Amino acid sequence: MRKVTLRNLVAHKVRLFLSAFAIVLGVAFVSGSFIFTDAMGSAFSGIISGSTADVEIAPEGANEFDSAPDGRTIPDSVVADLEQLDEAAEVDPWNQVQAMYVVGEDGKVVGGNGPPSFAFTDTDTRALTGRKITTYVAGDRPTGTGEIAMDVATAEKGDHQVGDTVQLVTPGDPPTLEVELVGLVEFGEGSLGGATLTLWDGQALQELFFDGERAWSGISLTAAEGVSQQQLRDAAAEVLPEGVTARTGDDMVEDNEEGLQKILGFLNTFLLVFATVAMVVGTYLIINTFSILVAQRSRELALLRAIGASRRQVNRSVLTEALVIGIVGSTLGLGIGFLLAQGLRALFGTIGLDLSTAEFSIEPRTVLVSYLVGIGVTMVAAYLPARRASRIPPVAAMRDDVALPEASLRRRLIIGTVLLVAGIGLMIAGFQVENGTTGLTMIGVGMLSILVGVSLMSPVIGRPLVALLGATYRRTFGTVGQLAAQNSQRNPRRTAATASALMIGLALVSLMSVLGASASASTDKALKAAITSQFIVSNVVGSPFSPNIAEQIRDVDGIEAVAQFRQAPAEVKRSRVFVGASDPDDLAAASDFPVAVGSMTDLAEGAAIITPEAAEEQDLAIGDEFQMNFPSGPVDLTVVGVFGVNASVPANYLVSLDTFEQAGLAPLDSFLFVEKTEAADADAVRADVDEILKDLPTVTLQDPGEFAEQQKEQIDFFLNIIYALLGLAVIIAILGIVNTLALSVIERTREIGLLRAVGLSRRQLRRMVRLESVIVAVLGAVLGVLMGVAFGIALQRAIADEGIDVLAIPWDRLLVFVGLAALVGVLAAVLPARRAARLDVLRAISTE
Amino acid sequence: MTHRAETLGLPRSDRRVAARTVALRKLYGQGEAEVHALDGVDIAFYEGEFTAVMGASGSGKSTLMHCMAALDSPTDGRVFLGDTDLSSLKDKQLTELRRDKIGFVFQSFNLVPTLTAKENIELPLSIAGRRPDPTWFDTVIDTVNLRDRLGHRPNELSGGQQQRVACARALMSRPEIVFADEPTGNLDSTSGAEVLSLLRRSVDEHGQTIVMVTHDPVAAAYTDRVVFLADGLVVDELRNPTRESVLEEMGELTARAMA
Ligand SMILES: Nc1ncnc2c1ncn2[C@@H]1O[C@H](COP(=O)(O)OP(=O)(O)OP(=O)(O)O)[C@@H](O)[C@H]1O
Ligand SMILES: [Mg+2]
Repeated sequence: MRKVTLRNLVAHKVRLFLSAFAIVLGVAFVSGSFIFTDAMGSAFSGIISGSTADVEIAPEGANEFDSAPDGRTIPDSVVADLEQLDEAAEVDPWNQVQAMYVVGEDGKVVGGNGPPSFAFTDTDTRALTGRKITTYVAGDRPTGTGEIAMDVATAEKGDHQVGDTVQLVTPGDPPTLEVELVGLVEFGEGSLGGATLTLWDGQALQELFFDGERAWSGISLTAAEGVSQQQLRDAAAEVLPEGVTARTGDDMVEDNEEGLQKILGFLNTFLLVFATVAMVVGTYLIINTFSILVAQRSRELALLRAIGASRRQVNRSVLTEALVIGIVGSTLGLGIGFLLAQGLRALFGTIGLDLSTAEFSIEPRTVLVSYLVGIGVTMVAAYLPARRASRIPPVAAMRDDVALPEASLRRRLIIGTVLLVAGIGLMIAGFQVENGTTGLTMIGVGMLSILVGVSLMSPVIGRPLVALLGATYRRTFGTVGQLAAQNSQRNPRRTAATASALMIGLALVSLMSVLGASASASTDKALKAAITSQFIVSNVVGSPFSPNIAEQIRDVDGIEAVAQFRQAPAEVKRSRVFVGASDPDDLAAASDFPVAVGSMTDLAEGAAIITPEAAEEQDLAIGDEFQMNFPSGPVDLTVVGVFGVNASVPANYLVSLDTFEQAGLAPLDSFLFVEKTEAADADAVRADVDEILKDLPTVTLQDPGEFAEQQKEQIDFFLNIIYALLGLAVIIAILGIVNTLALSVIERTREIGLLRAVGLSRRQLRRMVRLESVIVAVLGAVLGVLMGVAFGIALQRAIADEGIDVLAIPWDRLLVFVGLAALVGVLAAVLPARRAARLDVLRAISTE
Repeated sequence: MTHRAETLGLPRSDRRVAARTVALRKLYGQGEAEVHALDGVDIAFYEGEFTAVMGASGSGKSTLMHCMAALDSPTDGRVFLGDTDLSSLKDKQLTELRRDKIGFVFQSFNLVPTLTAKENIELPLSIAGRRPDPTWFDTVIDTVNLRDRLGHRPNELSGGQQQRVACARALMSRPEIVFADEPTGNLDSTSGAEVLSLLRRSVDEHGQTIVMVTHDPVAAAYTDRVVFLADGLVVDELRNPTRESVLEEMGELTARAMA
């Protein structure tokens, strides 16, 4: 019996290779996700431990993993107090400025969209790792306000050498600086992951960005011989003023690691969701391959039964084949996953995440999961066909036309309906659940259940579509078309399974298209309502910029008003909210946010105007007092107004600029709403403002339309990444079509010979195979697009109150998908059709 | 033996040749395993004649049919269909030739399972994008006596009915010649008789040219002429055969082979 199994593996190697390929791709996705997130984790762990000292001192709340840019400082006197401590060997006070961009020789910002950019005080602090945080590899330390050092990677990317004059975009005043690069440093742990780092003389940084005040963003302490981190922390805490805290390095690292693992966990889950989709699609391919192989071998299997093989032996023989495929596929998949992880590194590299020095290793956990998933899926997928094989009665060996015992369509319909209903139920329940992860999981599993349910029912559901296509074929392609249409209906289950694989892929692609289009449309609508000013100044990378820009624009001729708008996250009664800050007079002059109750002019320090939604959620009314928690601590606010229902303020709560500063938030602008005077020429004003902004590659002036386009580009960018990730599932589905067609061609060898004998030309034969392929592809695509649209509508409805309140269905794009699917059908048929056309007529006729 | 083969290959004055072969050879395999399936066959089949090809198993009957029906290419020698030399044609032209000028009936598995009987009958025509001539269609259907089965698919037809459908398909395009390789080999005697008398009638009533391979002297007796093959060579022929004369000839040939 083992011999039979092995012979079969060898005899069907091409077909089995194709189904193994599905496993390879799926496992590659799984292992690639793990390998990549592991690499990312080790890279960032290195950054964390390589930049943390024994004890770190900072204003309360500024030391957290996700703290926002913070303008608060520690007075210099604290440094002197700390230096008195015997426990501290080194006391290194430092300042940090975020959003300090380096402009490359090409005039573009180094690093681009993703990673952060810091300016730091140049210190000799040792990190927990024992190494210095930064080590000079070239040049000297910077002195005075005109010199900097920077990390080697940034210098390389910006094409800067020691001695060059380098342009910086600062978050302060002035917004751009020209400085001399005097030194290059290496980060202790090798890579900063794409972040850019500039190092400054301590006093220079304070002069430029801290009003010349001798105050520090933080202080790093190195423990003296024999002093533990805890001892040092406790000693330091004794002398610290209120509002300033000390934390041990280990504690911070642990905290940061936790936050990091959470983010990586999200990323990993995100990638694994797509891997799962690919696996599900691959399962269809494997089920189909095995079903067809079993069908083709049914005579042989029956013979085995007739000469005494038991049911179990037949069953086991098929499952052993699956096991071998699973092992081979998983092994290959693991290897390709490693390559895929490199691909992901390149993909993330495009958004500025530099992992070029990260270590890509295959952890035992990755190996284990890969084999479990690969072998598990293959075995599960082969189980049904194997069971069916074992049910072949021995007498079938004597019959000419062996019909395999198959589950009736009715049973499929019933199971399909159950899955469908269960899936819909799960989705609806998922929408009600408060907990985000549980809810999303329920919605995801619900969708999958619906898709599988529909795929079970698709032999029935797809009938009208196939009939329609068949009729069109007959009219257009005559007999060849008719033959193709009928061939596709010979094994409705096979066609349905093949089409279903594509359906699942396309359903998700269409779903994302609908959500993407809806997000775009919603953004468009929201921005049109929010940006009532003539122009908006914003930062392309989304990070805030120097308030000096607003000052300069105010001086331009023909400018009526410039409203600075700042944004920050905060908490009100434990729930996360977005707070905006602006000057009430400027905002009233430059934009149009109707206030229903109260008045914009009442927005003084300690006052807040809130949106109707926020009012309802927090049960707040005019005159109410409430507490808003910023990282630095709570601020008491009074509600002085409620916005109108149709006021699209880019925040839930609006406070004054003073309130933000009181909360210790760095004085950085997120947007400027710019309004020109009636008389002024728009183009002239624009040209003048552009002149101010020309040295700031990241900050641009746009009209609302342009701004909306830019926002939508970001949505498209994200969408494209998702398309790329779903692409793998679609590729597997296409492989499925190739495989099924190839197997069908083999199965119909005799018939093909006959058709050729009675005069069907090779061309006609190829067309016949192609047309059949197109039917399968289009069936899958149409079902997929319909499902995707249905899911899209459901999801959009569900998240309508989270900003995506406009439903947009991109029919043109969806039609393109169907068109592309037809094309894919044609392409998938190339090899099988060629194979069919090449068949020798006589040999084909005489095959058994 | 040789002189007989030559005389047999010559066209007779009263009938035109529908198809003929000249020194036709077909080799299979190489070296030790080399088989001369056809070892220099010269033979002509005449228009409006029903010819049977007989011979022991492995004597090359099927190979001859395949080579003449443009399903296989000879190793050496020529095949003429009317005046057309098949060796000069490319695959595409051969395909068209099969479609338009040649009819073929196999021993079994003659029909496309997804098509109805009617669609199967019209298949060569519809592949070519033509419609059947309605009167001819009626004539053929009446000849094969299948009118009430036209809408059925092959798996709903008996073996004899299936073969009659195959014959009807072979006749429908009015080919210059029909090759039938043991068309009754899988049938019982009644069904076989149905098919044979159908072929006979199409020769008598419509002047169809038919070449049929058979092992059955009874079947051979339906024909005008029997050609005997042995070891890839034409060894004998009979005109106006009867069951008895065929049996007698077969016995003689067997005896000669034994000697
Ligand atoms: N594809 C092939 N490869 C090798 N040898 C072949 C092939 N086809 C036929 N032969 C050989 O050629 C010879 C003639 O075969 P052919 O099929 O023409 O015989 P036949 O007279 O039709 O026999 P039967 O009455 O059994 O059908 C045989 O010896 C056979 O073994
Ligand atoms: Mg034969």
